[in-house]
Amino acid sequence: MLPEEMAPFIGKSIGTVACEVEKGSIKRFADAVEETNPLYWDEDYAAKSKFGSIIAPPGFFGWPVKLPPGQTFQRPTDIADPPEVTDGMRTVLAKSGYANVLDGGIEYEFFLPVRAGDVLQARSIIKEVREREGKSGKMAFLIIETTYHNQKKELVAVQRSTAIYR
Amino acid sequence: MAKQICWEDVNENDELPPLPKIPTTRMLVKWAGASGDFNPLHYDSAFAAAVGVGSPIVHGALKRQWLVQLMTDWAGEQGMLKKFSCSYRAMDWPRKMATPFTPEDGDTWQCKGKVTKKYAEDGQNLVDCEIWIENGKGEVTTPGTATVMLPARK
Repeated sequence: MLPEEMAPFIGKSIGTVACEVEKGSIKRFADAVEETNPLYWDEDYAAKSKFGSIIAPPGFFGWPVKLPPGQTFQRPTDIADPPEVTDGMRTVLAKSGYANVLDGGIEYEFFLPVRAGDVLQARSIIKEVREREGKSGKMAFLIIETTYHNQKKELVAVQRSTAIYR
Repeated sequence: MAKQICWEDVNENDELPPLPKIPTTRMLVKWAGASGDFNPLHYDSAFAAAVGVGSPIVHGALKRQWLVQLMTDWAGEQGMLKKFSCSYRAMDWPRKMATPFTPEDGDTWQCKGKVTKKYAEDGQNLVDCEIWIENGKGEVTTPGTATVMLPARK
């Protein structure tokens, strides 16, 4: 069973990345969503708000920190941790016949606003692995928990994403 | 910005103002660049066909971000989104482009929400909502939940 084979990886880091939250990246992100909130792009407006500067929409944590769940196993070049855990997991998944991955969903807890210029550190761990028989064969659910801290070491957000393997 | 909503204005079972969205192939390309998700499933027709989804599908994370906007628009600048979740239960296909800037005619998606609980906790005025996205047929493809903190009336 996959959960037993994956047990050694539970709680292990699959990567820590740090990156600066750039103003231009926030603007492009908001534009792609067709957001109209001026806090994300209008500097004069944002300066007069309670935030005092441009903020990022909840869910944006700077590019390329986000590690979209479907690509959790792609390793950005600036990742800090050694690749043993992700490589080991990849081998176990492949051996169990899992070839495709889908983004199943996400959960967030937000604690503090993220401002343009913040430097965030994102650390991801494997939180949980489940397996079940679906109508189209077996499926595995990997829950990946990412914690985000800013340059003042304050906890900004916690994210739990579900990657579905089949 | 719209007028700030206050905790006292809100009642359980209230519906949030719906947020309409039209995903287009153009929007998917912009989202890929802005989010860093370069999975070809979302822009390469041959790849999408080969993996069995027909043609490129809307990124789950883009739908997530529409629902985030639904909540942050509603909670306003003095409110704060505290918790959020959604799951991608069904696939959505974008409209194709008719001109470089305008999509073909077709479906419009609606992001919707409803207040399920109003309560105070740790000195904060909170509201829980059920949230979801409906496709053009009115089917829910992306259900979720959210908790926002709202300011109290002075």
